[in-house]
Amino acid sequence: MPRTDRIAEPWGTRTPYGPGEPWPVRVDTHLAEGVTEDDVDAWVQSASLLHSNGDGLDIAVRNGRIVGVRGRAVDRVNHGRVDPKDLFGWQANESPDRLTRPLIRRDGELVECDWDTAMDAVAGRCRELLDEQGPSAVGFYTTGQLFLEEYYTLGLIAHGGIGTNHVDGNTRLCTATAAAALKESFGTDGQPGSYTDVDSADVICLYGHNVAETQTVLWARMLDRLAGTDPPAVVCVDPRETPVARAATVHLAPRPGTNVVLMNALQHELVRNGWIDRDYVDAHTVGFAELEDRLGAYTPERAAEICDVPADRIREAARLIGTAERLMSTVLQGFYQSHQATAAAVQVNNIHLLRGMLGRPGCGLLQMNGQPTAENTRECGADGDLPGFRNWSNDEHVAELARIWNVEQLDIPHYSPPTHAMQIFRYAEEGSIRFLWITATNPAVSLPELARVRSILAQERLFVVVSDLYLTETAAFADVVLPCATWGEKTGTFTNADRTVHLSEKAVDPPGEARPDLDVFLDFARRLDLRDKDGAPLVTWQEPEAAFEAWKECSRGRPCDYSGLTYAQLRGDSGVQWPVTADAPDGTERLYADGAFMAHPDYCESYGRDLVTGAPFEESEYRALNPEGRAVLRAAEYVPPHELPDADHPFQLITGRTLYHFHTRTKTARAPQLQAAAREVWVEMSAADAAARDLAEGDLLEVRTSRGRVRARLRVSGIRDGVLFLPFHYGYWDASGAEPERAANELTPTDWDPVSKQPIFKTAAAAVDLVERGGVSAAPTTTASRPVSDGVPPTRGGATAEVLEEVR
Amino acid sequence: MKLGLAIEELHRSENHLHATLLAVSDRHAADHEVFHVARDIARWSDRHVQALAAIGHDYGLELDPEPDRSPGVLEAVRQTASDLFGRRSEPGLVLLADLRHVHRVAAGVSLDWELLAQAAQGARKRELLELAESCHPETLRQVKWANAKLKESATQALVS
Repeated sequence: MPRTDRIAEPWGTRTPYGPGEPWPVRVDTHLAEGVTEDDVDAWVQSASLLHSNGDGLDIAVRNGRIVGVRGRAVDRVNHGRVDPKDLFGWQANESPDRLTRPLIRRDGELVECDWDTAMDAVAGRCRELLDEQGPSAVGFYTTGQLFLEEYYTLGLIAHGGIGTNHVDGNTRLCTATAAAALKESFGTDGQPGSYTDVDSADVICLYGHNVAETQTVLWARMLDRLAGTDPPAVVCVDPRETPVARAATVHLAPRPGTNVVLMNALQHELVRNGWIDRDYVDAHTVGFAELEDRLGAYTPERAAEICDVPADRIREAARLIGTAERLMSTVLQGFYQSHQATAAAVQVNNIHLLRGMLGRPGCGLLQMNGQPTAENTRECGADGDLPGFRNWSNDEHVAELARIWNVEQLDIPHYSPPTHAMQIFRYAEEGSIRFLWITATNPAVSLPELARVRSILAQERLFVVVSDLYLTETAAFADVVLPCATWGEKTGTFTNADRTVHLSEKAVDPPGEARPDLDVFLDFARRLDLRDKDGAPLVTWQEPEAAFEAWKECSRGRPCDYSGLTYAQLRGDSGVQWPVTADAPDGTERLYADGAFMAHPDYCESYGRDLVTGAPFEESEYRALNPEGRAVLRAAEYVPPHELPDADHPFQLITGRTLYHFHTRTKTARAPQLQAAAREVWVEMSAADAAARDLAEGDLLEVRTSRGRVRARLRVSGIRDGVLFLPFHYGYWDASGAEPERAANELTPTDWDPVSKQPIFKTAAAAVDLVERGGVSAAPTTTASRPVSDGVPPTRGGATAEVLEEVR
Repeated sequence: MKLGLAIEELHRSENHLHATLLAVSDRHAADHEVFHVARDIARWSDRHVQALAAIGHDYGLELDPEPDRSPGVLEAVRQTASDLFGRRSEPGLVLLADLRHVHRVAAGVSLDWELLAQAAQGARKRELLELAESCHPETLRQVKWANAKLKESATQALVS
C-alpha cells in the first residue's frame, strides 16, 4: 500500500474530480511504530480535534491505549482523509507530563491534593464571593475544545445557576466575528453553506483564509477540484503568499487593516457592471439603497491607493466574482482578527446576497472558525450568548429559556450584552471580577499584550481556577489546577464549521485521576447546591447523552435545532448537519434555500449593531428596518487602523498559525513529528525588505513594538512588502531562555473589533533589529512560510511520518 | 436671517463634542474600546467642523476648519494616569459619568443639527440642508454609542 510522508506532503495524494462528481474516498491511516491494523483491539468512532474541519476518524485502541487513527470513509466531511495534526497529535494524550492529580496553591506553591480538597476550594471561594459581592464577581473563560454537552452544562450553571453575565470562550479570538457577521446579515448565527459546495463551485473566493494550513482536508478537496476537469477559478485575499495564493487565479495582497476598502471596491464593481441579481435583492433583502450609496466612493482606484493593490487586479477579481455561476466564499482570521473585522466579513455576505448565491449547490458561504468545537460554544451559550441562538434583548426568548431551565426570568442575566473575554479580563484587572475559571485554554500565551495578561492573572485578589491537561503557562498562575480528560478519554458531540455534528466516543481511560470536564462541572454545581425555582437540582443530568437530550429540547425550534438527532444516528455513517428535525431527519445541507431567512424581529438572535461603534440597535430600529425578516445588506465605511507604522516602527506586524501546530502547542508540541516540523518561532519578511536592511535568511532578529520584544530567526518569504509575520503558537513551557521574548503576543495591542469584540492581531506597528547573523530558521518550507531562496533544508517527516493512503 | 448664527453655534458645539470625545478617550486609555471608538467617532465631528467652516463662507463667517485640540502633553499625561489608575474600581464610575457627559453634549449637537435643517428648509438653502442630512446621522450614532456604552458598563460598575 502506498505510504506518504505527510509532514512533507501535508495534503497527501491527489484524487482529482470534476464539477458535480463525488469526491473520491481516500482513507488515511497512521498507527504507532510496529503496530498493524491486525493488532488493533478496537476502532472507536470520533472526529478531529485539532482544527475546525470536523474530519470523521476512528481511534485505534490496543491494550487500553490509543495507538493511532484512521479516517472514516463514510464521513461526509473528509471521505477518509485525516489532517497531519490529527494523524500525529493523538500521541499528546500519552505525554508523561499529563496532569494526573489536582493541584492547589499552598504558601505560594502548587502542590498535589485530592479532588475533594480542590473542588471544596473552588466551590467554597465561589460561594464566598457570591455571598459577599454577588454574581458580578464570578467569570468563566472557556474554550473551543470541550464538547457540546460540557458547554451546555457550563452555560446553564453560569447563566441559570450563578446568574453571571461573565461567560466567554477563547472562541472570542477565533470565531466571534463569524458569528457577528452572520447575525448582522441574516439576523442569526448559523453557517449558510456546506463543504460540499466545493464539489460544484466554479469560483471559490478565500478571504483572509489560509485554508491550506487551517483546514487541510478542505484544501485537499479544493486541490482535487483544481487537479480535475473544469476546475474552479480561485480568488485569494491574503498579505502572505500562502499555498492558496500560489494556486489562485487572482491574488490580492492588501495592506493589513484595509479589508473594508477592498471589499467595498469589489462590490462597487459588481454594482457598476450590473453583476447583481436585482430580483433576488428586491425580493429577499433590505438595505440596498444605502449600500449602493456607500459604495459610490469606493472605486478600484481609491482602493488601489489605500490597500496598495493594483486596480486592474481588483477589477479582475470582481469580474470572476460577478460572472460566477456557482460562487463559493470562505472567510477566516485575515478578516476576523484584523481591523474592522465584522464590517469586512459582512461585505462577503453582501456579495452573496447581491448575487443571489445562497442555499444552492456550489453557492456556499462559509464564515469559518478555527477550533474544533467553537461552533458549540456559540450554540450552547458558553460564549456569552444565550443558548439556541436566543436573543438576549428579546424578553420572550429569555422567558422561554427560563421555562426550559425552570428558573426565574430575572435570574438569567440579560440586561446588557454578555461580557466578552477582553472585558472579563478588564473587570479582573480593575478588581470587580475576583473568581475566574479558565477551562482548556491558555490566555497567558494566546491573548494580546501578554505582559498585561500576566499582571492580571498574577493578582493576589483574583482566584484563578485552571482546568487543563498540562501545567500550561496559564496554569502556573492558578490557585487550583484541575486535571481533565480530553478527546478519546470521554464521550460527547461537537459540531464543525459547516454545521456537521459528530459523536466522539470514549476510547481509553484518562490518566491518573483526570476527569471529564462534564463531571467537574456537575461536581461544582452539586457543591454550590444550585437549584431551580422549585428547589430541585438545577442540572438534571449526570451523563453526556442525558446532557445531549436536554440540549435537544433547548434547541428545539431555534435555527440550530438538534431535536431530531440522537447518539444512535450519529453512530451511523457519521456526520449529520443541523438543523435535524422531524421534517429534516437526516439533517440540512444548506440554510436559506429560496431566500427563506430567519431574520424576523420576533425570531432573530440579534437586532444588529453599528458597524463602527458596536452599539446594539434597539428592537424598534430593527423592526422599522426589517419588518419581514429579510436578509440585511449592511454598508460599512472605512476607518483607518488604530496603530499605523511610523519612522520608529516602520512595519505592520501580523500574527497567525502554521499547519503543524494548534493554538499554543499544548498538544502538537508533544507530538514529535509535528514539533520537529516547526520546532521554534520565526519571523517572516519580504525579500525587498530584507535586502533593504541587509538581512538574510536565518539571521536572528529582535522584533519590537511599544509593548514588548520577541527574538526570532528570519524567514525571507513571499509576504507583501512592509509586513512582518510571527506565528503565535510559541509560549514558554518549553522555551530555552528566561526572558519572555518568544510569544508573538508580547507584541500585539489590546484592541478589538467593537462589533464582534474579537481582538485584533493583525495590525501592530513594529520594528526589527539584527541580533546575530547566520543560522537556520525553523519555519516550514511546505507552507506560507516557504523560503524565496534555494538552499533551505526542506521540511520532511521521515519514516515516522509515513501515512498509509488507500484511494478507493 | 439668522442662519449664520445657527452655523456658528453648530461649529462651536461640534468643536466641543470633538474635544469631549478626545478627553474621554484619554481618560479611559485602560478601557480600550472606549479609548479607540471615542477617537474613531471624534473624526466625524472633525469632518463636521471642516464642512461647517467651508459652508460658513457663503454666510460671511470666518470659522476655523481645524477642530480645537487639547495640547499633546496633557493628552499623554492623561493617558498615562488612566493606565496607572486602571487597577482601581473607581474608574468604572468615572466612565459612567463621562459617558453621560458625552451623551448630553452629543444630544445637544443633534438638536443643533435639527435646528439648522429646519432653518435650511425654511430658507430653501439646498446645500445647507444636504449638509445637515449627511452629518446629522453620524451625530445620532455618537449619541447611541454613548447610550449603549453606558448601559453596558453600568451594571458591573454599580453592583460590584
